[in-house]
Amino acid sequence: MPAPSSEFPAQNQAPGSDYFPEADLLESGSMATELVGPGGIADGQVRELEALHILDPDQVGSGAIKKRLGLGFWIASGWVAFITLLAILAPVLPLESPSKVSSCIKYPILSTCTKAGVDTFHVLGTDSLGRDTLSRIIWGARVSLSVGLIAIVFGLIVGGIIGLIAGFYKGRLEGLLMGSMDVLLAFPALLLALAIITFTNNRSILVISLAIGIVSIAPIARLVRASTLMFGEREFVLASRTLGASNSRIISREIFPNVVLPVLSFAIIGVAVAIVAEGGLAFLGLSVAPPTPTWGGMINEGRNVLETDPQIALIPSAVLFLTVLMLNFAGDRVREYFDVKEGGL
Amino acid sequence: MSRKVITGSATGAPDAGTELLKVVDLKTHFRTERGTVRAVDGVSLSLAQGRTLGVVGESGSGKTILSRSIMGLLPSRNVVRDGHIFYEGSDIVGYSQNDMRRVWGSEMAMVFQDPMTSLNPVMKIGRQITESLIHHLSMDKNEATETALALLQSVGIPEPQQRLEEYPHQLSGGMRQRVTIAIALACGPKILFADEPTTALDVTVQAQILNLLQKQQTERHMAMILVTHDLGVVAGRTDDIAVMYAGKIVEQAPTSVLFDKMKMPYTEALVSSIPKLANPSHTRLAIISGRPPDLVNPPRGCNFGPRCNYVQDKCREEEPPLVAAETPGHFYRCWFPVDTPEGKDALARNLAATKASGAATSSTTSPDPALATATAKEN
Repeated sequence: MPAPSSEFPAQNQAPGSDYFPEADLLESGSMATELVGPGGIADGQVRELEALHILDPDQVGSGAIKKRLGLGFWIASGWVAFITLLAILAPVLPLESPSKVSSCIKYPILSTCTKAGVDTFHVLGTDSLGRDTLSRIIWGARVSLSVGLIAIVFGLIVGGIIGLIAGFYKGRLEGLLMGSMDVLLAFPALLLALAIITFTNNRSILVISLAIGIVSIAPIARLVRASTLMFGEREFVLASRTLGASNSRIISREIFPNVVLPVLSFAIIGVAVAIVAEGGLAFLGLSVAPPTPTWGGMINEGRNVLETDPQIALIPSAVLFLTVLMLNFAGDRVREYFDVKEGGL
Repeated sequence: MSRKVITGSATGAPDAGTELLKVVDLKTHFRTERGTVRAVDGVSLSLAQGRTLGVVGESGSGKTILSRSIMGLLPSRNVVRDGHIFYEGSDIVGYSQNDMRRVWGSEMAMVFQDPMTSLNPVMKIGRQITESLIHHLSMDKNEATETALALLQSVGIPEPQQRLEEYPHQLSGGMRQRVTIAIALACGPKILFADEPTTALDVTVQAQILNLLQKQQTERHMAMILVTHDLGVVAGRTDDIAVMYAGKIVEQAPTSVLFDKMKMPYTEALVSSIPKLANPSHTRLAIISGRPPDLVNPPRGCNFGPRCNYVQDKCREEEPPLVAAETPGHFYRCWFPVDTPEGKDALARNLAATKASGAATSSTTSPDPALATATAKEN
């Protein structure tokens, strides 16, 4: 036995010592061996350890790796911001009116149309009625983006409230609320929106947004309810209750701020879905009435000349595709970002 | 099921000050698909102002449920709460959630086990403290911030001004527990429930937190119920100890009396399972073999019987009542108490039985051969 007898007193080995592999431990040079080595831990070391404990919070603060959203996120949100900015500034930009019909029909990209001695440069060409495609894309962005946003905000408010109430109060109320959400989910989404638009016989941006928004209520309510259930079980909710917080206070101050993060990142993706849905409705000719341009409407108009002049349908498709892709990407990154933060807590 | 019920005989030390909390025959049962879980089954205790009661037991003994049940924090669905809880003379068992909200925070508060989960991760420390101040004591924002600052200082958090603006994840575990204590103390509760306040913490921080709790308790003249599985934690810091097993108090006594003259074999087994510094390295730890009983179908007779070194036929038939020992304030539940002629006799008989049955197993390595028998009988 290489061990000095002071560390392993003889009486310890007396009762059938086969289950204590001291010899192996000592030869392995493991931490355990070092800790019980001659002298053990000095008093000063203990104090040092304690000092480290007191310093701990600062170390956590500076030592933590800063989470980053990454370049991809900034490119994605840059694109979305760019489109949004163009849409907002559309009335003051030096653009032709999106509904101005001319004789320069189906001009290709980067072409100049000369008529009555005036040169008009069309960056993205013109459509089959001679309207400037760039202008229509930018004006169309107003419809697409506002429908996407309004629909999701509406879905967030209604679905969020339903989800919070169902997840917090549980019981029969939850059964009723989530049951009706299931009914809503069972409807084919596009058909439901179609029905709403057809029956209201009103094709304003608001009605179209609400039609799509209603469809988005159920998935949002489900997500919010799931998060609420999870956070509702956490001890800080109970802790808040022991301090005398009322139910409404617990929902608004404790649960809501926690639920809102994952739900908001989902909502970004939801905007993309709503934009696609609007495109779908427009393609069916059920979105905002012409001549107001919408991306889906432009794709629909280009469909007839797809073989001869594919750019008329492809340009709005590409813009729609890019915007939806970038929104999805940004939403995904935001969700990951907050997920990581949750994991670290 | 006709089980013997012992009604409110157990009280704290008789020389205590004004009685703040008196729990009489509290039962908390959960209705589950498997049957009724008797998590708390007829517990009586009392607590005077400025005193500390330690509630000790294994996991699953019902100690956490007891503290939450007293505070009325259990969900109402599928939970049956029966008995009386007198807080300053009025029975709070019948209180509605709204009534309890006046009690929570300003009368009773709780420190939870895991500071990781008992703080809201997305709210700044400062707001978490000031919320209840503004809400309960109707302070304005500045006043509340001042108070929060003082609170953080009093629980020993360095640079409190800076901490107010930080989120929980920026603090270490020990610091977070200090924050939860500060939050619990914010409205000046008269009773503080500390539910395993140090279990989730580093050993080096545990003592600091316990000292902090004790200091705050003395300064504020609060009563405290310290729930823990660690007898070492309660030994030097409580006035009375209640040992819980299977939802019942099996022994209750003033702290020094409990450690000196324990009557209940379970208490003895708990004490002997504490690792002792004086022991040489690699000494095998004493354990209580087996598991806590199933609270849906508790064993006949004494609940601890199947794991007890002193177990006799009588223990398997009849449940022992809670009886008073010679020291005032000392109660226990045992037919063959430790250090009495009957108890010694029972232990000796069990030892002899083990020897007689051959004890072919490696009983020489076991600190107590009778433990092996207890396990064998359980199976």
